[in-house]
Amino acid sequence: MSLTTKIELPDAGGHFGAFGGQFVPETLMPALDELTRAYSEARQDPAFDEEFRYYLKHYVGRPSPLYFAERLTRRLGGARIYLKREDLNHTGAHKINNTLGQALLAKRMGKRRVIAETGAGQHGVAAATTAAMFDMECAVFMGEEDIRRQELNVFRMRLLGAEVVPVTSGNRTLKDAMNEAMRDWVTNVRNTYYLLGTVGGPHPYPMMVRDFQSVIGVEARAQLLEQEGRLPDCIVACVGGGSNSMGIFHPFLDDPVRLIGVEAAGQGIATGQHAATLTAGQVGVLHGALSYLLQDPHGQVVEAYSISAGLDYPGVGPEHSYLKDSGRAEYVAVTDSEALEAFQLLSRTEGILPALESAHAVAYAVKLVPGMDSDQIMIINISGRGDKDVPAITQILGVK
Amino acid sequence: MLPAEPGMTPVDSAGCNRIDVVFDRLRRGGRKGLIAYITAGDPGYDTTAELVLAMERAGADLIELGVPFSDPMADGPVIQRASLRSLAGGTTLAGILGLVRSLRERTSVPLLLMTYYNPVLHYGLASFAAAAAAAGVDGLIIPDLPVEESAPLLAEMHPCHVHLIPFAAPTSTPQRLDRIGRLAGGFVYCVSLTGVTGAREGLPPGIEEFMERARACTTQPLAIGFGISSPGQAALMAQLGDAVIVGSAIVSLVEQYAADREQMLERVAALVGSLKQAISRVD
Repeated sequence: MSLTTKIELPDAGGHFGAFGGQFVPETLMPALDELTRAYSEARQDPAFDEEFRYYLKHYVGRPSPLYFAERLTRRLGGARIYLKREDLNHTGAHKINNTLGQALLAKRMGKRRVIAETGAGQHGVAAATTAAMFDMECAVFMGEEDIRRQELNVFRMRLLGAEVVPVTSGNRTLKDAMNEAMRDWVTNVRNTYYLLGTVGGPHPYPMMVRDFQSVIGVEARAQLLEQEGRLPDCIVACVGGGSNSMGIFHPFLDDPVRLIGVEAAGQGIATGQHAATLTAGQVGVLHGALSYLLQDPHGQVVEAYSISAGLDYPGVGPEHSYLKDSGRAEYVAVTDSEALEAFQLLSRTEGILPALESAHAVAYAVKLVPGMDSDQIMIINISGRGDKDVPAITQILGVK
Repeated sequence: MLPAEPGMTPVDSAGCNRIDVVFDRLRRGGRKGLIAYITAGDPGYDTTAELVLAMERAGADLIELGVPFSDPMADGPVIQRASLRSLAGGTTLAGILGLVRSLRERTSVPLLLMTYYNPVLHYGLASFAAAAAAAGVDGLIIPDLPVEESAPLLAEMHPCHVHLIPFAAPTSTPQRLDRIGRLAGGFVYCVSLTGVTGAREGLPPGIEEFMERARACTTQPLAIGFGISSPGQAALMAQLGDAVIVGSAIVSLVEQYAADREQMLERVAALVGSLKQAISRVD
């Protein structure tokens, strides 16, 4: 089986219809060309695929289970609900599928130093983990504000041998960390591999990260066929940058399956305090790609807000913009409080603490499932585990 | 075709873009050009206008006005801070076009906007091209718009006679330099080093070889920028190209003397004057 089931998009320049592309300084263009070539060669090399699969199985612990959530199904009284358990991966989220693939590519390209951006720290931890395993130098750019909010992940990265570089520019969150990672890359481009964490950024990242993450959907498809003998009616996944959702959506693009991406409505779209880029943004260019973007009337990027640090980003991967405009996928948004309720619901009905990001997907399922028939099937992607969010949730809920 | 009314379009009375006119004059005089950068609207449009005129008087041959952007990924700390200050003061792309329009009543120095792509895209490519030309903008420099993505904007700018200045970098391959050189209008912005904007010491390694490669790929003038702050550096760089671009060193003075406009204008003019003098000694 190849790494991906789709090869039609993007085009050679990285465009998904009108979206995507390569909006970066000239200094980086040759590096992107080199990366595109190296990835294309790796993709055609059975040895690369074999190595990727070896580590996915023996290091990450794949395949992750597709679990029938019997109690949640009974509770909501509608479609049968299956959970794709990315939270059970090594490091606790889907992020490692991508960092593993890219670290193998960096190794193949002879790059000894990798850099990464991180918001909540999940991608940073996954990057630091794979860098440790492949004996690479690793620097993770993280906004000072996020460092303060995600102390535990900062310690984890340092324990893994990575350097956590505090970013003091802008608002000191993920967007600024990504700017700073780009600035480092443009400076050290000759010896540094930029290990980008989502299906965003300039080509070939959206394609490459999608391909590495599509293992989620490939597995889920085969697992459901085995367990139920049929495809699901609908798949629900949260969307920040969009890597877990793209990973599970992509292998189903040609199937008659509803694909629903759930964004963070934060305190409500109308308040302006949200991260619902596809729901409420306009087309723009940020961090190397043309895509939907949260921006003001003058084309300045505005800060996103969500209770979930992993969704707190004003951009989104360009292929999601394409899927939205083509109508192939639907995008909706749920608020902080809906996500918090869903977090508690899943914890109590199934004994699974989802990441606050994934709780957004659960929250939309809670709305949708009761209106579906009992012979229908929904898959929810549980992209990560919620342990990292326990301190914040404890504070909000006042749990003693 | 736009009316060739002096001061209102990026063409002079002979129908030429002011950038081309200036480089032609420099070449015929055997002189090197100085391109000075400031962030527009830092601190306020009025001061920017005064700075432009002061820099022109002090010897700047072309002037770049930076359009502040929320995410200046190609810029170092000095210009990042200037962008934030300017945005906090309410600067907009439309406001900067208004500033250029009013400057055109007072100067015919070539004015270029250095902007990231999103504010232009958001303005609308066709309306921006028309508005920039009508205001008297002569050129655009967009660091996150490589040749691969520039066709839609070029198609709008070309009929308006506003140049889109492409970048060449030390990492650019021969094939890329060829393409950049062929597409270039006005001049080629040669990035002296791999990195972001900001002052640095000395001369970057490999710069001579890079400039030779760039020279072989285009008939357009070559301007060198990034990392140049002192007259000494400028003099060395001027030997390798047709013009030298200085930004962060000037913006630093604007920041340092933000509270005292007279001092600011004086210091900036003094720096521009010394840079100009340094590059004028180059054969």
